[in-house]
Amino acid sequence: MPSSVPLAIFLLPFLSFVIISFVIRPFLNHKAQLSGYITIAAIGTSFALSLWVLAEAMRAPGHVLSMPAYDWLAIGDTVIRFGVTVDSLAAVMLIVVTGISFLVQVYSQGYMHGDPGYSRYFAFMSLFTGSMLGLVLASNLLFLFVFWEGVGLCSYLLIGFWFHRPAAARAATKAFLVTRIGDFGFLVAILLLYSKTGTFDIGQLHELALAGVLGGTTLTWAAIGIFSGAIGKSAQFPLHTWLPDAMEGPTPVSALIHAATMVAAGVYLVARMFPMFASSEQAITTVAVIGGFTAIFAATMGLVMNDIKRVVAYSTISQLGYMMLGLGVVGIGVAKGAVPLEVGLGLGVAVGIFHLFTHAFFKALLFLGAGSVNHATGTFDLREMGGLRKAMPWTFATFLIASISLVGIWPLSGFYSKEGILTQAWDHQRALFVLALLTVFLTAFYIFRVVFLTFGGEYRGKVHAHNGGAHGPSLRESPLVMVAPMVVLAIMAGVAGWLPIGKFLGAEAEGYFHPFSSAIAWISLLVGGFGIFLAYALYGAKWISAELLRQRFAPVHTLFSRKYWFDELYERVFVFKVLLDGVFALFQWFDTHVVDGLVNGIAGGTVASGSAIRRLQTGQLQAYGIAIFFGILVIALCLAVFS
Amino acid sequence: MTVGLEHFLVLSAVLFSIGLYGALAKRNVVVILICIEIMLNAVNIALVAFSRYGHILTGQVFAIFIMVVAAAEVAIGLAIIIAIYRSRETVDVEKTDLMKW
Amino acid sequence: METGLTIAFWVLAVVSVASALAVVLLRDVFRAALFLVLCFFTVAGIYITLSADFLAVAQILIYVGAVAVLIIFAIMLTREAQRGSPSGRFRLPAFVLAVGFLITMVLVVTGTDWHVIKGIPNEPTTSSLAQTLFNEDGGYVLPFEIAAALLLAALIGAIVLVREK
Repeated sequence: MPSSVPLAIFLLPFLSFVIISFVIRPFLNHKAQLSGYITIAAIGTSFALSLWVLAEAMRAPGHVLSMPAYDWLAIGDTVIRFGVTVDSLAAVMLIVVTGISFLVQVYSQGYMHGDPGYSRYFAFMSLFTGSMLGLVLASNLLFLFVFWEGVGLCSYLLIGFWFHRPAAARAATKAFLVTRIGDFGFLVAILLLYSKTGTFDIGQLHELALAGVLGGTTLTWAAIGIFSGAIGKSAQFPLHTWLPDAMEGPTPVSALIHAATMVAAGVYLVARMFPMFASSEQAITTVAVIGGFTAIFAATMGLVMNDIKRVVAYSTISQLGYMMLGLGVVGIGVAKGAVPLEVGLGLGVAVGIFHLFTHAFFKALLFLGAGSVNHATGTFDLREMGGLRKAMPWTFATFLIASISLVGIWPLSGFYSKEGILTQAWDHQRALFVLALLTVFLTAFYIFRVVFLTFGGEYRGKVHAHNGGAHGPSLRESPLVMVAPMVVLAIMAGVAGWLPIGKFLGAEAEGYFHPFSSAIAWISLLVGGFGIFLAYALYGAKWISAELLRQRFAPVHTLFSRKYWFDELYERVFVFKVLLDGVFALFQWFDTHVVDGLVNGIAGGTVASGSAIRRLQTGQLQAYGIAIFFGILVIALCLAVFS
Repeated sequence: MTVGLEHFLVLSAVLFSIGLYGALAKRNVVVILICIEIMLNAVNIALVAFSRYGHILTGQVFAIFIMVVAAAEVAIGLAIIIAIYRSRETVDVEKTDLMKW
Repeated sequence: METGLTIAFWVLAVVSVASALAVVLLRDVFRAALFLVLCFFTVAGIYITLSADFLAVAQILIYVGAVAVLIIFAIMLTREAQRGSPSGRFRLPAFVLAVGFLITMVLVVTGTDWHVIKGIPNEPTTSSLAQTLFNEDGGYVLPFEIAAALLLAALIGAIVLVREK
């Protein structure tokens, strides 16, 4: 396979972006659907090339393909190279990103039909896909960071796609700023690593970390810094507040960026840097604890939301926590010595990324389903839905499959990946296992609450069925261009668990992918089933009144629905009080009085001294004459005295 | 008492100082010009004295050129004074302070 | 001979100083101009005591004959009968400065050893002056020519300045 193939994979979407921005948008905007075709063509080609790369990687020894590096920038003795890493991790990620991006673009053609920003949408989608692919393929931290920021930018542009809506603009800014905080930690970590090791290259850093050359507090701080970038990007606690608000963007955007790919970049980063994390016990414990906590934390908030997309957003945060948990507990096992290092490195990546793989499919599908429901009913509010299983059978079927997979019911894909995580958690960190198990229950409950409220019962909304051919929502199934990708995703959500992804990613350990070898599988199935049953009881058959429960547990309900008041904490206390009134006010004072004061002072001083000195210019001839002769006299005296 | 170089030089200094005072202290522009002439003459005396007591004719040559320049200067100066007088009706130097701040 | 020179010098010196003082201190401009003429004459006399005969005659021709006349014309053309020649606002600083200057110069002059060659007879200097000016190897011809150009420029300039528009 020529070495230009991975480069082509990530350059094609960029090319699509350039063509749309510079050719179509200015000159051919009346034929906006060309943008969609170009994007789909580019990403489709990338997907085909990714399949080729996958095939090659499967055959290669150790699943690693060596790629040449290009010298990019030379400053004195330092040379920064641009290289591409193609190993099993990269190959899997390529498939996920290109595949789901392709399906989402096809779906978007239907969803965004008629929108005035159609070309802009596809331009940004292309740019995003290109950046994400670049992030996955980058072989050194510098370029990874560049593409990291690139995806952050595209997230901002796409969340705020309908920028004339104030809520969307605010949400975009919030997303960008909150992830920025994490990115700052990431950048500091990169610089720290560079200053201590002199290299950005990931392979070299791994060697140094594993050899123990790079160790101790440096490694821990660097790892925590890198993880803080992941916390921001993957919306883990405490930087989780941006993701629910990011639902202001178009639904395909939420499906692609905030479910399947961009938020997974954080998990990918931890997986990519796993040897470093595994070498530092504090760092990997931090990963596991934050992951586990976030999982249950977000699940509690998803219980009470009234907006479909918000529920699914909290579900995303929770599942990302699962992935971090998976990576973390294996690392803890390595650090404690329970798992040998070579095994642990592959196992950790396998556990976390396998769940990323399956999650991408069913979560994207959940979002696309929500979009389809919105297309029909014009709303995302659960209280105005119901009974849609009759009007939208395809949407119902695919959404149901995705939900079952999310809960982790055998034989769908979610079961296998969740199994892996729960098993590892049981083996290495029991406390987190308990949290994870509780989260399974909560997950089942909230997603099936959505299922029953949306598709079960009778329709509670305001849209008339069969609105004729008029624009606007009508209660019927979405067009084929939207349903087809959903079906493809549903198939993948079903079968992805059976693919030997784990082995491909490096899990050679026994006991893995033999799901029914321990009781954990049964326990999680039971817990999940109980959650589904409870949801049915409240929202399906209505044996228990949800209203009554809410009133009984009102304070808890308020806690959840107000998102633990974190938004208020961040905004009112932290931003306004601490930063704005405190630190920034100090800076403002400094800027106004010291900096400006200095400059204005110099200017004012010059003016003042000028107006004082100008009085010397009396215009009186004789005054000047006296001054001249006085000077001459002084010179003469000096000459007389000193020589 | 024989008259030596110092006498001439002191005379030159006295005349120069008188001219200096007049140039700096009088208000009539013509009088200022007159005092400048006195100063130039004083300098000429000094030069010629040096020429006489040093036995070198350069001093007198210099004095001739000073006289030439002085004459030209008086002509121009008086022309300027007359031009100013025509437009301002005054020859008071304290009133011609257009270069004031 | 020496005593004649001495007496001549002292008389001429006193008169020149007195007339200069009169120029500066008199209120009436015209009288001041007349005393200026007297001063010029005495300076010519001093030139003669210094055996610079050509210079003395040139002094009278130029200064008395031309410069003084010019000044008197200017006085007549710029008559400010009431004001005359009063003292300006800088008389005190000017006085201090002039006195200081005088004292400095006198001290310098009397304190310096001048290496004067003694006992040289007085002789007329006109021919030697001419020879110095128009020497064979150039002499002072160039400054001479430049002086001529200067006079031309002054001439034209003065005419232009006082033209009636």
